[in-house]
Amino acid sequence: MKTRGLFRLGLERRRAFTGYIYVFPFIVGFALFFVRPFVQSVIFSLSELRVTQTGYVLKFVGLNNYHYALRVDPSFVRAFTETMVQTLTAIPAVLVLSFFAATLLNQEFRGRTLARVIFFLPVILGAGVLVRMGQQQLMLGEGTAAGSGILSGQSVRFLFARLRLPVGFIQYITDAVDRIPGIVNASAIPILIFLAGLQSIPGSLYEAAEIEGATSWESFWKITFPLLSPLFMVNIVFVIVDSFAAGNNPVVQHIEGIAWGRGIYGVSVAMTWMYFSAVGLLLLIVFGLLSRRVFYHE
Amino acid sequence: MPRAINTSTSLRARRTRALRRLVGVIWALTRAVLIIGLSYVILYPMFVNISKSFMTPRDLVDTTVKWVARDFRISNVVENYRNASRLMDYPRALLNSIMLSLVVSSVQVISCSVIGYGLARFMFPGRNLLFVCVIITFLVPPQMMMVPMFLNFRFFNVFGLLGDRGMNLLGTFWPFVLTSVTGMGMRNGLLIYIVRQYFRGVSRELEEAAYVDGAGQFATFTRVMIPNAVPIMIIVFLFSFVWQWNDALWTTTYLGQAINILPVAFDRMMMSSHELVNIGNYKPMMANTGMVLFVAPLLVLYAFLQRHFVESVERAGIVG
Repeated sequence: MKTRGLFRLGLERRRAFTGYIYVFPFIVGFALFFVRPFVQSVIFSLSELRVTQTGYVLKFVGLNNYHYALRVDPSFVRAFTETMVQTLTAIPAVLVLSFFAATLLNQEFRGRTLARVIFFLPVILGAGVLVRMGQQQLMLGEGTAAGSGILSGQSVRFLFARLRLPVGFIQYITDAVDRIPGIVNASAIPILIFLAGLQSIPGSLYEAAEIEGATSWESFWKITFPLLSPLFMVNIVFVIVDSFAAGNNPVVQHIEGIAWGRGIYGVSVAMTWMYFSAVGLLLLIVFGLLSRRVFYHE
Repeated sequence: MPRAINTSTSLRARRTRALRRLVGVIWALTRAVLIIGLSYVILYPMFVNISKSFMTPRDLVDTTVKWVARDFRISNVVENYRNASRLMDYPRALLNSIMLSLVVSSVQVISCSVIGYGLARFMFPGRNLLFVCVIITFLVPPQMMMVPMFLNFRFFNVFGLLGDRGMNLLGTFWPFVLTSVTGMGMRNGLLIYIVRQYFRGVSRELEEAAYVDGAGQFATFTRVMIPNAVPIMIIVFLFSFVWQWNDALWTTTYLGQAINILPVAFDRMMMSSHELVNIGNYKPMMANTGMVLFVAPLLVLYAFLQRHFVESVERAGIVG
């Protein structure tokens, strides 16, 4: 049988070729919009960048930018540590909360659909928007008794001050309470992911366990928890990436201020690199520690 | 399931049953409290915003006013909204936002479907590596790419084909279109991942049946796979639309002040020196009203389509 053109290659080769065609846009995009900027950002962080009418001019300055960020710039280091601490403490809270909320939402009760609709709202409005709205309440002078309502840190502080608790303690609790909205809003997508996972656990497993005499506590820890562990992995990665890239934390705002506000591009890129190497390191650590413990189906 | 175990009427059995029921009730109560509490945290800012946007400045200072204004009058409300709308150039900003989000999400649906399908169903060398690349695009934070991308689009010059200076693509929708077409837009990695997982779950028999019926590769894709993938395409569209609408990072990078879209308009209003914003008491009101205006279209969308959103992740089969 005479075969021509592509057909000469045989079915598998042909399919491989077609596969390449399908993913071709991504390959182009990856090269153009990822690899290239990535390499550029490394170069930028090591040079001083000036934008002119006809292009941009790079002057290699070695580690000067990093030096500037660490030693000279007044607020970078402070913003950095602040963000790190804030986000690192928020992440476990988000994970625990989403896990818990997902198990809650998975049980059958009246108004479950409504609860799911509400919990999904932060994704729609953009977690940042809801938190920004909340922050605006406080900022615009509405921390008074009338404006703030039940959930403000102010009322908590007031209460505790009355009880004459040590100041540090009050401060800590107040801060924690103020962060609750942010944490809740960041939990929306992880809740969804956990929920999807929970629904994929076959009910027959639970039934079998019940017949064998397991209590719900036991079946939770022996069935639900291990089967959900791959999703834990996914969620941890997602939450880490999301929280650090959020854009309403001090470091990122500082970086953006430097880049657009003062036009010192090189320094801002250097700062970005430092920030995200820290995040990358964190991800690697998390990966290394946890991949052993995860239960995989295969 | 045999229920004979549970029908014994000895005192002990009855007590255990009563105890179990009590625990059940306590749990239901705890659960209700938790859910209501969390819902409150989520909904509270929005309600406050809406209610404040219905007030006059006087009411904001008035400590006896919490939710509803003292003199609730429709004319006040209308006036607030009209002012905010004017300050934000709302009609135009709204239109621009809608257009941008529509364009981006439509393009992303197409590109993610194509790329996801390619990754899911075709065996070619480097396939796994490419998938890892997709994940990497999601892991790397946008801020890292911000400055280089800005410069790349300022002097856009594909491999030197366009001459020395390239084109300035900033201030147009082109950066968005180009990145979306190639699957490198905002959170695109996640969307491609979802599509790929979905296509992996579609049974191979369908494709084979199409092949047997004489469909070529491309026809299989358009006639068989795409109609099957409509649920996931809807999800990609919705997510992409919402994310793009709320995006303040890439929009400021690519569009700056040139085109007016909602997040930009809102910020601009906040920082302007217009009298309505500057006089102390008016500012919070404008802020609140502006927020409502910003969020309202999304809420409308959500109200109509919430079923798709909420059920989306299960359908997407992220778990597999």
